[in-house]
Amino acid sequence: MSTKAHTGHGDGGHDDHGHDSGHPESTFKGYMTGFVLSVILTAIPFWLVMSGTLGSNQATAVAILIIGAVQIVVHMIYFLHMTPSSEGGWTLMALIFTVVMVVITLTGSLWVMYHLNTNMMPMDPSQLP
Amino acid sequence: MFENFDLQKAIFGRLTLESLPFHEPILVVTFLGVLIGGAAVVGAITYFKLWGYLWHEWFTSVDHKRIGVMYIVLGLVMLLRGFADAIMMRAQQAIAFNGSEGYLPAHHFDQIFTAHGVIMIFFVAMPLVTGLMNFVVPLQIGARDVAFPFLNNFSFWMTVSGAVLVMASLFVGEFARTGWLAYPPLSNYAYSPDVGVDYYIWALQIAGVGTLLSGVNLIATIVKMRAPGMSLMKMPIFTWTSLCTNILIVAAFPVLTGVLVLLSLDRYVGMNFFTNDFGGNPMMYVNLIWIWGHPEVYILVLPAFGVFSEVTATFSGKRLFGYTSMVYATVVITILSYLVWLHHFFTMGSGASVNSFFGITTMIISIPTGAKLFNWLFTMYRGRIRFEVPMMWTVAFMLTFVIGGMTGVLLAVPPADFVLHNSLFLIAHFHNVIIGGVVFGMFAGITYWFPKAMGFKLDPFWGKMSFWFWVVGFYFAFMPLYVLGLMGITRRLRVFDDPSLQIWFIIAAFGAFLIALGIGSFLVQIVVSIKNREKLRDTTGDPWNARTLEWSTSSPPPVYNFAFTPVVYDHDAWWDMKAHGYKRPLSGFKPIHMPKNTGAGIILAGLALVTGFALIWYIWWLAAVGFIALIATAIGHTFNYNRSFNIPTQQIAETELERTQLLQSAGA
Repeated sequence: MSTKAHTGHGDGGHDDHGHDSGHPESTFKGYMTGFVLSVILTAIPFWLVMSGTLGSNQATAVAILIIGAVQIVVHMIYFLHMTPSSEGGWTLMALIFTVVMVVITLTGSLWVMYHLNTNMMPMDPSQLP
Repeated sequence: MFENFDLQKAIFGRLTLESLPFHEPILVVTFLGVLIGGAAVVGAITYFKLWGYLWHEWFTSVDHKRIGVMYIVLGLVMLLRGFADAIMMRAQQAIAFNGSEGYLPAHHFDQIFTAHGVIMIFFVAMPLVTGLMNFVVPLQIGARDVAFPFLNNFSFWMTVSGAVLVMASLFVGEFARTGWLAYPPLSNYAYSPDVGVDYYIWALQIAGVGTLLSGVNLIATIVKMRAPGMSLMKMPIFTWTSLCTNILIVAAFPVLTGVLVLLSLDRYVGMNFFTNDFGGNPMMYVNLIWIWGHPEVYILVLPAFGVFSEVTATFSGKRLFGYTSMVYATVVITILSYLVWLHHFFTMGSGASVNSFFGITTMIISIPTGAKLFNWLFTMYRGRIRFEVPMMWTVAFMLTFVIGGMTGVLLAVPPADFVLHNSLFLIAHFHNVIIGGVVFGMFAGITYWFPKAMGFKLDPFWGKMSFWFWVVGFYFAFMPLYVLGLMGITRRLRVFDDPSLQIWFIIAAFGAFLIALGIGSFLVQIVVSIKNREKLRDTTGDPWNARTLEWSTSSPPPVYNFAFTPVVYDHDAWWDMKAHGYKRPLSGFKPIHMPKNTGAGIILAGLALVTGFALIWYIWWLAAVGFIALIATAIGHTFNYNRSFNIPTQQIAETELERTQLLQSAGA
């Protein structure tokens, strides 16, 4: 909802970043492949939870997380049209940065909170020495 | 079923006449002052028939230069409010000894220290930083505006809406009494059922939208709109630090938004993320908010580092020493700033392994920062240094910031932190780096770029007055706090038992008084400069003999910034152009395509303000109406196709001719 400034750029020659590397998979076939894949990847977790095929809850949770990660990749390739070269590499760089940040935030929080919970949360009276 | 229906509650939520603080004399007097002052301003604007001018030329403007100036005005106005809070606290702590309760009741004092922190970070430092980036970055990279000019206007007004909400809390209801980060369980419904924390939440959420969008905007601008030839390693350092700061904004602010959403869910619908019972864990809030909070301090200080780099190079008449190392230091700080957040809560009990990891990462971050300092020093070494006001701020920064950095490394040692945590030592430390780094940087930047924005320099005499009052005042105000902190005095205390401490608080209050004179001198400086503007006029567009592209255009720059997009061959592009005998092109202009002004931004932000206010006071119908109107207006705006125009060649030729004549008259 914004006005992109087509700021003229004098005699051109300014727009040499990005634009050139077309949009991969930006076809009907590409969108359909992405759509079908995401439907399948959405259906599997439902099926896993409802049927309880994997037995333990923990295994199911891990499986859902993995399928979720695959889902993210499918969306990035087929819907966001991301390739290593799109936008002159900026997309990839932004992705790497994001992944690094998310990994730091999540693993860091898990690590910190695990220690905090172990050390600081109220104990069951039976655990007291 | 209608017996329980309370019409007043349905219409006004929990807003009643008792919400207005008639019982607090300090607030009543303040309110009257604000009313009279506000009436005077509105009256003056009406009398001089400025409403149309303000609306058409400023409020609805999508020009990055004007938006930048408005951000800085917002920051300075809020500085007055934040500083009023500071001096009230200093006065209270200086007199509350020997059985005296001081003059502030606890209820009020707690709001003041919360408001001081929130305002100074979110509504002073952030607008000043964003304003400076907004104004400078497009000019420095040879662009005609930011990538999304309308979004820029919208972002600014969202920030204003947040500020208005915080200010409203002064007179309608109350503000949070929780400290500036609103830690639960205190900030949760069980302990803060009143509107204070809700004001806090919605002010930050609304302003946060603005901050995040302006971050996106500036990243897109820097990545996509640099002048031809300006590769990444030829960008001015200020643009580099802006890029890194905005990357930090985009990566960090969603965490703040998220954690505040969780807190609102706790408060509004009775969930238990951060409560004491039902599996809630308040420690998670502290963890998450510092994942945002630590990058935030680098969001503030990196652009200040950028300003110092530009100022040092310009006023030493030398190319910046170690440009490449400066860039890498900035990037390394950007990444490392994400790896240190736990040092804010070493004492919460995560144990030795976690604490030592974060202690070490914190100490590591001082290495790139130290490298930067040496770069500035080596830039000055054998330079032809001109001690103009921006350079004075820079030197004061170098001295002050080093002290703050050293106490920071001291606090990074977990065992030391166990002694100093939440003490006045910590308060002294972070004021030392924020005032010594960010505030000095912003004053350096404002003084440095003022002639570019306004067409005349700031009066140097009052600039120096402001400088000396600020710097001396800072040392008087905060060095005593280091002493008190080492003696074990904790922060946020309202009364004291030990009379031997009083002298330190009196010295600190005296320092705050000096800073007040510094702020006063700054305001006088602006008035005096406007009065003497003909004498201080900058006709050349390059009053400091500077190095980067923004100085190649006129002061103030034309709407379109550059008649022709400059071509860059070296970093310090303007210096390079001057060295190679650059001649301004005087003909061959082409029409320039520019975005049109629009009132949509201010309307959207106004609706967001109404929605926020309604949510704070549980006026559900109004919140629903406001939100729906917000979405409808946003969608409506997308159908506005009439959003750009061409500046005709004729007009550009006239503007440029004017500049040519001005340059000739200056040269003659």
